[in-house]
Amino acid sequence: MSKKSGFMKALKCRECGREYPLEATHVCEFDFGPLEVAYDYDKIKKSLTKDSLAKRPQTMWRFRELLPVAEEPTVGTGVGYTPLVKADRLAKWLGVREAWVKNDAVNYPTLSFKDRVVSVALSRARELGFETVACASTGNLANSVAANAASAGLDSFVFIPNDLEEGKILNSLIYGARVVGIRGHYDEVNRLCAEIAGKYKWAFVNVNMRPYYAEGSKSMAFEIAEQLNWKLPQHTVAPMASGSLLTKIHKGYQELIQLGLAKDTKPVVHGAQATGCSPISAAYKDGKDFFKPVKPDTIAKSLAIGTPADGFYALKVMKETGGASDDVSDDEIREAMKALAECEGIFTETAGGVTVGTAKKLVASGKIPAEDSVVLCVTGNGLKTLDAVQGRVGKPDEIKPSLREFEELIESDTKVKTK
Amino acid sequence: MAATVRIPTPLRKLTNEQETVEVESATIGTAVDELEGKFPGIKERLVDEAGEIRRFVNVYVNEEDIRFLENQDTPLKDGDDVSIIPAIAGG
Repeated sequence: MSKKSGFMKALKCRECGREYPLEATHVCEFDFGPLEVAYDYDKIKKSLTKDSLAKRPQTMWRFRELLPVAEEPTVGTGVGYTPLVKADRLAKWLGVREAWVKNDAVNYPTLSFKDRVVSVALSRARELGFETVACASTGNLANSVAANAASAGLDSFVFIPNDLEEGKILNSLIYGARVVGIRGHYDEVNRLCAEIAGKYKWAFVNVNMRPYYAEGSKSMAFEIAEQLNWKLPQHTVAPMASGSLLTKIHKGYQELIQLGLAKDTKPVVHGAQATGCSPISAAYKDGKDFFKPVKPDTIAKSLAIGTPADGFYALKVMKETGGASDDVSDDEIREAMKALAECEGIFTETAGGVTVGTAKKLVASGKIPAEDSVVLCVTGNGLKTLDAVQGRVGKPDEIKPSLREFEELIESDTKVKTK
Repeated sequence: MAATVRIPTPLRKLTNEQETVEVESATIGTAVDELEGKFPGIKERLVDEAGEIRRFVNVYVNEEDIRFLENQDTPLKDGDDVSIIPAIAGG
C-alpha cells in the first residue's frame, strides 16, 4: 500500500469535522456523517496554474491536484474533457438567451459521467492494494466499473436492480464483470451492498471508496469553467439521483475560485429530478431542508434513488447559491430527449431528458431568467435506454425499391423540400 | 420474544465486535434504549440531541425503511431482522 498522500491531507467528517486516515472508509464512526477528502490547497495553488494546465493532455486528469489520488492515476487516464456545445437551437426551445450542453453522453469509455468517478475510485483502490472492485448501481456506474476494471486487470462485482434496461445489463456483462441482479429497487441494492461491504474486503466504489469516488464529479465543473475561458456559468442545471453530482459541481466551482483560477461571479446551481422519484425536488418545493424517502416509479431509472444520500447537501447548495429544483413527468422526459436530439444532434438517455425538461420548466417559472446563460449537464447516452423511447419516436417508411413508390411517398408530404 | 439487530462496522467496537445482537423490545425506539443498556455509548451514535434518528443513519425492519413504517414507533416482533445502515452515494 502506498504511504504517499499527494495533495490530500485526510478524510474529514462533513458533519462534525473529525479526521480519519486516507483509507477505504466512508462513514464517521461517531455520527455516521459522510467523510470527505481534505486537501492541502496551498500546495495545490503552487502546482495547478493556467501555465501548468497549458502543457497537459485534454482529459479530466489535467486537474489531477484536485482529484484524490496519491500518485499519478493508473485507471481511466483517458477519461473526460467531453465537448461543451453551444446550443443555440436548444436555447430557443428552452426560451433562454444562451444555452450550453456539457456532453458526457460521449464520455470515454462507457458513455456516461460515471467514467469520471470510477477512474478516480479505481486508481485510488489500486493505491490502497485492492484486487477486486464492486459497486451498487442503477446501470451506468456498473458499466463503467466493469469496463475500467477490465482494462486495469481488476476483478469486478456489480450489483443492480434486476429490472434495468437491457442495454445497461449487456453493457456490464460484455466486460466479464460478475453481474448480480437484485429483486428490488436501487435503495434495496444499496442496503445489501452496505452489508456486503462490511463482510468482504473489496473496494466498493460507492460505499467504502465513496470519499474518493464522489470527488471525480468535480472534474465536470473544472472542464466547464475552462471551456468557458475561466468564466463560471451564470446557471448550471444538474440531474439529481443521490444529489452527489450537484454538490460536487458546486464544490468544483468554489475550488477554482479559492485557487484564483476563476472569479467569483456567484454561479447558481439548480437540481433536476423525475416526478416519479423526486424526494429532493419535493423538499425544495416544500421549503424543507430535509427530504422524505420515496419508492421510485419513473423511466429515468438511472436517477431512481428514493433515499438520496446527499439530498440534504444538495438542498443546501441550491439554497446557498439561489438555485431551484423542479421535476418532470415521463412524457416530459421523452419530449425533452427528443428536443435535445432534434435541436443539437445529441441523443441522451432519460436522465438527460430530466435535465433538459427541468431546465425548460425553470426558465418558464423565471427561476432561470430568460436573459441569462445556462449550462446543462447531460450525463448519459440514449443508446443505453432505447426501451424508454421504443415506439414513441415514429417509425421508418417502408417502400419497394421503386422510384414511383418513393415519389408517391414524398409528394403526399407537404413538409418535404424537393429543391 | 427477540429480534435480531445487525450491527454496522462503525459500531462494532462498541459491541465487542459482535455482528448481531438480540433485543427483546417491542419497538425500535425502546430497542435503542435496550442497546444503550447493553453497550453504553451506542445511543448517541444513532440518535441526535433532539431524540431523532440521525440524518445519515437508515434503520430497516425486515428490509423496509422505518421511515415508510412508523419511525421509532415501528413495532418489533419475534424473529424480525433490524439493520442499521449508513446512507450511501448514488450509482
